[in-house]
Parts: sequence; C-alpha cells; structure tokens
Amino acid sequence: MSILTLLIICPLLTSVLLLLPKSDKGTKSIALIGSIIQIALTGYITFLYQAIRSAGDKSQMLFESNIVWFSTLHINFHTGVDGISLVMMLLTGFVVLAGVLVSWNIKNQVKEFFFFIMLLSTGAFGFFMSLDLFMLFFFLEIAVVPKYMLIGIWGSGKKENNAMKLALMLMAGSAMVFLGIVGIYFASGYFGPHNTWDILELSKIHLPAEIQRVIYVLTFVGFGVFTAMFPFHTWAPDGHSSAPTAASMFLAGISMKLGGYGCLRVATYLMPTAAKELSWIFIILASIAIVYGAFATLMQKDLKYMNAYSSVSHCGFVVLGIAMLTKTAFAGAVMQMVSHGLMTALFFAAIGMIYDRTHTRMSDQLGGMLKQLPFIGTAFIIAGLCSLGLPGFSGFVSEMTIFTGSWEKAGLFYRVATILACASIVITAVYILRAVGKAIWGTVTNKTYLMLTDATWSERAATILLVVGIVIIGVAPFLFIRLIEPDVQYIINRIIL
Amino acid sequence: MNSDIYILLILLLPLLSFLFIGLSGRKLSTGMAVSVGCLTLITTLIFSIAVAFDYFFVKGSVGGVYAPQIVARFEWLRFSPGMSIDLGLIVDPISVMMLLVITCISTMVNIFSIGYMKGEERLKSYYAYLSLFTFSMLGLVLSINIFQMYIFWELVGISSFLLIGFFFNKPSAIAAAKKAFIVTRFADFGFLIGILILGTGAKTFDFLTLIDRLTHPGVALDSLTGSGFLGMSCLTWALILVFMGGAGKSAMFPLHIWLPDAMEGPTPVSALIHAATMVVAGVFLVARLFPIYSISAPEVLQGIAYIGSFTALFSALIACAQTDIKKVLAYSTISQIGFMMFALGVAGWGEGHDEGFTASMFHLFTHAFFKALLFLCAGSVIHAVHSNEMKDMGGLRKSMPITHITFLLACLAIAGIPPFSGFFSKEAILSAAAHGNPPVFYVGLFTSALTSFYMFRLYFSIFWSKPVDAHAHNHEKGQWAMNIPLILLAIGAVLAGLIPFGKYVSATGKAIELPIHVMFSVLPVCLGLGGILVAAFMYKKQNEIPQKVTKLLGNFYEAAYKKFFIDEIYLFLTHKVIFNLIGRPAAWFDRNVVDGMIQRTGSTSVNTSNAIKNLQSGKLQGYTMYFLGGVIVLVVLILIKFL
Repeated sequence: MSILTLLIICPLLTSVLLLLPKSDKGTKSIALIGSIIQIALTGYITFLYQAIRSAGDKSQMLFESNIVWFSTLHINFHTGVDGISLVMMLLTGFVVLAGVLVSWNIKNQVKEFFFFIMLLSTGAFGFFMSLDLFMLFFFLEIAVVPKYMLIGIWGSGKKENNAMKLALMLMAGSAMVFLGIVGIYFASGYFGPHNTWDILELSKIHLPAEIQRVIYVLTFVGFGVFTAMFPFHTWAPDGHSSAPTAASMFLAGISMKLGGYGCLRVATYLMPTAAKELSWIFIILASIAIVYGAFATLMQKDLKYMNAYSSVSHCGFVVLGIAMLTKTAFAGAVMQMVSHGLMTALFFAAIGMIYDRTHTRMSDQLGGMLKQLPFIGTAFIIAGLCSLGLPGFSGFVSEMTIFTGSWEKAGLFYRVATILACASIVITAVYILRAVGKAIWGTVTNKTYLMLTDATWSERAATILLVVGIVIIGVAPFLFIRLIEPDVQYIINRIIL
Repeated sequence: MNSDIYILLILLLPLLSFLFIGLSGRKLSTGMAVSVGCLTLITTLIFSIAVAFDYFFVKGSVGGVYAPQIVARFEWLRFSPGMSIDLGLIVDPISVMMLLVITCISTMVNIFSIGYMKGEERLKSYYAYLSLFTFSMLGLVLSINIFQMYIFWELVGISSFLLIGFFFNKPSAIAAAKKAFIVTRFADFGFLIGILILGTGAKTFDFLTLIDRLTHPGVALDSLTGSGFLGMSCLTWALILVFMGGAGKSAMFPLHIWLPDAMEGPTPVSALIHAATMVVAGVFLVARLFPIYSISAPEVLQGIAYIGSFTALFSALIACAQTDIKKVLAYSTISQIGFMMFALGVAGWGEGHDEGFTASMFHLFTHAFFKALLFLCAGSVIHAVHSNEMKDMGGLRKSMPITHITFLLACLAIAGIPPFSGFFSKEAILSAAAHGNPPVFYVGLFTSALTSFYMFRLYFSIFWSKPVDAHAHNHEKGQWAMNIPLILLAIGAVLAGLIPFGKYVSATGKAIELPIHVMFSVLPVCLGLGGILVAAFMYKKQNEIPQKVTKLLGNFYEAAYKKFFIDEIYLFLTHKVIFNLIGRPAAWFDRNVVDGMIQRTGSTSVNTSNAIKNLQSGKLQGYTMYFLGGVIVLVVLILIKFL
C-alpha cells in the first residue's frame, strides 16, 4: 500500500470519526484535525516527490500501487501521482482546510455538514490519484452527491431547485463521461492487447480516429460540464448563489477542477488524434465563455453571482489552454486551475464572511466594508486583484502562460481566439473594480453595519492560508512550473506524435 | 564600491518598507510608519546618486559609449526554451536617469506628505501605497525583459489606483480610480498583444536580444515583416500596439481622459505619479524600444510624432479654460508629455538624427522637477485655502511667500524662459522638431506660447488677482515638512537645465551636442514672454477682460471648458454601448436562453413523463387493448409487405 492511499483513508476516517463526539465543538475539532493532517500529508508527499525526482527517477508516475479490485472487468485500484495531480491534490488540501475553517460558526446539523465535506474531500483526492478510469469515475461520482446535500440542506434562496439543477447537470455530464470511458474500455480490447481501464496502458494504444472522435467529444463535453463550459455552465451561478460558503468554495475551487483535470488527462491525453482534429470546437466554446462570461458578470449585482460568472470566464481559460494543445498552454491551464481554485475559494470565503454579518450580498446595499471590516475587506480586494490578473498573485502568471502558449499556435483562428481571451482582462478589471468600489470602498450606507465585528480567528486563518497559496504561485511560479513541466511533456508528446 | 548591491537595494528597500508597513497591522504607530517610509526613500535617493555617479563618471563609459549593463538576472517563469520572463536589473543611461528622478521626487513627496496629510486616519496605508508605487516604478525602469516591464507596469497601475482612490468615501474618488485603472488597462491589452507578437516573432522577451534581433536583418525580422495583417506588417502592428500601452499610461489622446480625473487623489500623489513618474512610463517605453522604432518602423515613429504634437496642442487649449488649479496642471502635464512624445517621434536613428531622443529624455528630467514642484505648491495652496477652485484664491503672495516664489520659478521653467531648466530642454525639442518634422515644430511652437499663457494665468489668479489681505496670517509657518521639498525642488527646477545632458544620455550611448542657437531661441522665448504678458494683462488684477474674451470665443471656449466632450463620448461608449448593448443582453441571454434551454430540458422530461405515465396504469384490460392493437398493426404491416 502506498502513501497515497492514506490520503483517501484520512478524509474517510475523519468523516466516520466526527460522527462520534456528542458536542458540536468536538465534531468541528475532529474535522479540523483531519483536514490539517490531509494538508500535511499532501505537503509531505510533495516533499517526497521532489526528493525522488531530484534523485533522478524519471518514471511517469510515482508512488504507484496497483491492486486488483474486480478482475473480470479488469478494474484495478491503480493509484499514482505525477506533478499535475500533485498540484491538484495540494489545491484540494488548501481548499478543504480553508473550507472547514470558514464553516466554524455553522449552527445546524454540524455533524452532517462536516461529514459531507469530508466525503467530498475523499472523492477529490481519489479522483486526482486514480490511474484507472473506472476508479476515476467512481470518485467523480462521490464528489457530486454531497454537493446536492450541502446546497439542499444548508443553502439559501431557491435551494431545492438550484441543488437539483446542479446535481442533474453534473450527473448528465458524468453520464457522458461514463459512456466515453466504457467506449474506451471496449475499444481497448479490439485495438490493444486486452480490455483495460488503465490510463497508463491506454496511453500506449492508438485508437482509430473515428472512435477517438466520438469518445473525445463525449468525455470533453462531459468533463466540460464540470468546468462550467459554455453552454453547460448555468448550474454554476444558481448553484453558487444557494450554496453555503464552504460548499461554494469546494464547488468552484475543487469541483470545477475535476472537470479540467479530466479534460486534460482523459479526453486530450488518451484521444490525441481527435484532439488535434476537433479541439477547435472547444477553442470556440472557451473563447465565448471567456468573453461572454465576463460581459454577463458586468451586470451582476449579487456578489456570488458575480463570482460565479467570473468563474465561468476564468475556467474558460482552462479549457482554452487545454484545447490549444501546446505545451506552454497546457502548463498554463494547470496553473490556472490551481490559481483559480485558490482565488475563487478566497473570493467566496470573503463574500460569505460579509454575508454572515450583513445578511446581504447585493453590492449596492453594501458599502464602506473596508472601513468597518478591514480584514475581510482586504481579503476581498486581494481576491479581486488576483482575479483581474495583478502580477504578484497567481492569476497573472497563469493567464500569461496561457496567452503565450496560445499565441504559439500560428494561424488567424488561434490568434483571434487569443486576442478575445486577452480582451477579457479589461472587462475583468471593470467588474472587479465596480464591485470593490461599490461594496468595499465608499461609505457605510446602513447604520446597523456600524456594529459589525471583523473576522474571527478561524476566518483569519482560512484567509491567510489561501492568500499564502496565491502569493507563492504568483511570486515564485518557477517552483510550480518545475513541478509540472515533465508531466506536461508526456501529454504533449502524445499530441505531437 | 560595488554599485550592483546598491541597485538591488534601491529596488528592494521600498518593497520591504511596503511589506513592513502593510503587514504590521495595528501595533505599528503612525509616526513609525511615516518615518520608515521617509527614511527608506532617503536611503534609496542616496544610493541612486551613488549609482548614477558610479555609472556616469566611473565605470559606465567604455570607450566613450555608455553601454547597458545587466546587473542581475534569473529565470522567473519559463514558457518554452528561450522564451521566458527573466527578472533582472539593467543599468543604462535612461534607467539611471529615471532612478534619480523617481527616488528624488518620491522622497520629496514623502516628506511633503508629512505636513500635507497630517491627521489623516489611514496614513499608514498611504505610506504603504507610496512605497509600493516607488518599488513598482523602479522595477519598471530597471526591467531587462519586456514582460518584466509589463509586470511592473501593472503594479504601477494598481498603486496608482489605490492612491487615487485613497479618499474612498468620496464617490468621485472611487470613480476616478476606476476610470484610471480601466482606461490604462484597455491600453495594456494592446501592449500585451504587442508583447506577444514581438516575443513570439523574435523568440525572446529579453530587451537587448529583442532589440538586437529586430534591428538587424535575420530570421526574426523577416518573419515579422514578412507576414502582415490588413496591409501592415506584423512588426508595425506590434509596435503600434506597444505604443498603445505607452499612450495609455502617458495619457496620449484619445486615452488621456483618466489623468484629469486622477486629480481626485491626494495632491502629493498627483505630484509623484500623475506628473513626474508614472505618466512618463509611456515615453520611457518608447525610448527603451527606440532602436526598433527608429530602424525597423520609422513610419510608426512618425505617427507617434503626430499623436504627441496633437495631444500637446489639444490639452494646452483645454488647460487655458479650466478653473480647477489641479485640472490646469493635469492638462499641462498631458501637454508636456506630448512634447516628450513628439520629440521621440521626430528623431531617427544615426548621428545627426537622434537629437530628439536626448531632447525628450532631457525634457522628461527637467519636467519632473518643475511639474512636481508646481503640484506640491498647488497642494500647499489647497492646504491653506481648502479649495481647488481659482475663484477661491487670489492675493496669496504675502501669506505664502515660499510657495509664491517657488511657484513662480516653476512657471518660468515650464514657460521656457532662460536660464531656467525648461528653456534648455524645450529648446532642444523644438530644434529637433524643426530639423526632423517642420509641421510638428510649428505646433510645438504655438503650444509653448499657450503653455506660458495658461501657467501664468494660474500664477496670477492664485497669487495676485485679488488685493492682499493685510491681516491674513502666514499659512506656511511651522510647515517645514511642506516648505523644504518646495525649496529643494525649486533648486532642481532652476538648475537642472545646466546639466550637459547630451553627454550622458543618447540613443546610441555616444555623447552628442545639444546646441543652443541664439537666433533660433529668440522666437520661442519671445512667444513665451508674450504669453506671460497676455496673462498678466488679463489676470494680474481683477477686471472684465477675461469675461469679454470668453464671450468673444463663445462656443470654442465652452468646448474647451468641457474638455471637447471627450468624456461624454466615452461615457456614451461605456454605459450605452458596453453596458446596455452588450452586458445587459449577455446577462439576459444567459438567464433566459441558455439556462432556459436547460430548464426546458427539465420541464420537457417532466411533461413527457406526465403524458405517458398513464400507459403504465396497471389495469389488465388496458394492457390487453395495447396488445391487441399491436397485433393488428403488425398483421397489417405484414399484409402490406406481402401483398
């Protein structure tokens, strides 16, 4: 058993253990300890990973373990990590810990709440380390169901409807993914040595182009639903608006990244021929999402809707980077996933903290928050600045990597798409600064806001955690690039062939 | 003496000061923050002087040529082999000159702010932002890589945003801050595309390599000039787009609209950012890439000359009609940057043609002193009378003697009266223009007459106009923090012109002569004096003449007062077109069409299941009927087939 398995066991065990204590405080403490252990584990694995890599181990995946699970159907519990999945797991660790911290003041059904959060975390960790398509799908499903509960029970507004919409759309997405991977499984029997779900084995097989095309579109669109790819993004604004803070953070911070990771690892990596032929479709969809999402954001008054639409725009960059099929763009897409995950989690955390105090998320009803709540106001501004791509924060480096990577593709079509994507940095600035100007700056409009108290210790800890992540990537992107570069090379090698 | 360490410290000290003040929270006392801010800058100023001395007099010159030196470099973000953002420090004549300007003005402004911002609640944030700005601006001028410059370019933009919006309980300040950032961001969009075209074409983002590859025939130059779009080569496009970024920061027409509004920020900030340093970043950018512009795309340079001269004239006209003293200064800044731009535009590569380059840098240098001085004086006046409007001022010469004298000196400098600094640099620009592009020269000549008119209109309105109030107390007493920077900057404004600038700063690094021809100078100086006389005639004593002139000019005055309606055009474009015609429909479309489609999928499946659920009724008779029906249909089908 490899050390990776601990990362599945740990959240799972936490979710069981936290059912034991009688008091809410005990439950919360167990959840907190569990998530601290998770992040420590991911940190330790990163450390080991780098040590092994620098010792000269060039194998594609490290910490591999392969256990037969269901031999008739060739399903194996095959896990392993490369740089890409490692950074995604680090992201998960950060966001889960931050999510637990901001949920510290939750009042009702505390046990169930943290139970579902830990379940989600299990799903996400499992997903990123799976090297077996079936297991990957299995963990993807684990990550979907708790979201329905989190929104349906602890949400606000039209929560039942929105939770249902979110769950059904994601289910539809995963149904397409399932069709796709079943297709891969059977095709691998015809065109390879034997039927297999194994990503590493599949990466050595070249399926015929006509099969690849069908599977590529199915899996890309299916995972695309998770990344809120246009036009399958409408679950995101509604889902976020109803979700409790921590659920929003997971949804945008991790769940949307499951999709991006899938698009890269399954659709593009395993179906390279089709990717070369058909990725133009997704370039078009991504460009639309980027610009159209940004314009739609302009008109949002509800801060959560604003951030949800802006996520549509920002995740468009991820899809664009993946669809551009250059090494730089891939690296940028991975970077953007992590960056957006941290940034949007911080954004939702800040919005949630403001909402908890003022009971409104309407930017025109707020105002003067920086004066009343200096810490939270600053957190909001930092998230905003990261979102508009200020250098020093992670958003800048990842967007620039994607732009440069996309520009490497010669041809008017690609150039136009890149220019459209670049144009969004202007629109992003408009909506972010409008929100900052209205809600955070200005004078206090409502007398009751004068009594508000600034962030609690747990909220501060969550904010600092996420800001640290954002700043590290923003200031030292070379660390990040060094971690993922060899693995991006594997993917691009398949494309170039 | 190792000046490399000094350069690193010059860059890092302001950053450390920003982090220290920004992160220390409530425990840090305001006084402490202020002294940290000021002392850091005084240190960087001393270091800058040491570096400049070292570069210009000790080891910079190799065989009579000031060559660029790369002090530090490391690979920060690698996109693909050869293409990376390297962070590093470059030392060459223009970057050292900018070091001096930035640290000097920044130090003065930091000291001035002690007096001006006294009692301000968020003084710590103010000093933190100032440090951030200084750091970013220094990083911008020391960049070795065009992408590195873009990084600091954006950081400068955000510090400007934070400082303009410093008084964020005023809605006008918020609006101005947003406008400044968004307009320059729009320009940066062009800059970014320009960088991408240049970088991928030349396979590098490094300034020196880039310049080398794009000025000598080779693969890189061929690939960029060989391909084109809409009738212009890619290189031309890229350079136009890069200039667009510069035009945004340097407030060139039609991207100038943010600068006058930016005066909502505290006045010392206007002196630092919106007069002396950030707004000349665009000029600096063009100067940095000057070899590429002048050798490979002279047509773009010519366009820059026209845009620069038009901006100079256009904003000088507006300045004549403004009544807010900071607005007058803002338009005057735009106009003077126009001078610097067109000076670059009329220059060319090679001996005898590159006078304009040196003239532009010279004017940048002298302008920094006298314009910062003008703004700080204006700050001093505003501090005393608590208003920005000319009508609330007048007759202040007795109650504010230091401000009065220093303001007068600065006005003489900007009007180009010998022997003050502006005379030398403006003379150099005009002679370069006369040499390189006569139409631009005439525009420049006329504009410089206007300059002295509107500056002295300002001077007389503030310090003369109304009779002196004999009982007014001295506003300046005890304001040492505000008076000392005024005096020091006045010394700079008077003497900076005497530096033999051509010896140190030129396009090629070789010393050139900036000759002063007495015959040539007569006309500009006379025009300048004429402007002063007209202003004195109209504004020295309160009289009816200004009203009469206004009436005479009628609509033209109105248009100049309203800034030629450019703001209204932008407002129309942003609110009517972008918000109402694109944003709102996009949001509506998303809610009703895209989401509607999804919702309809849901409701259709519900309806369908409602419609067909009765089939599964569980009644045996029903099923028998369906069975019979099915059999009949099948039989009929078989019969049709066989008959």
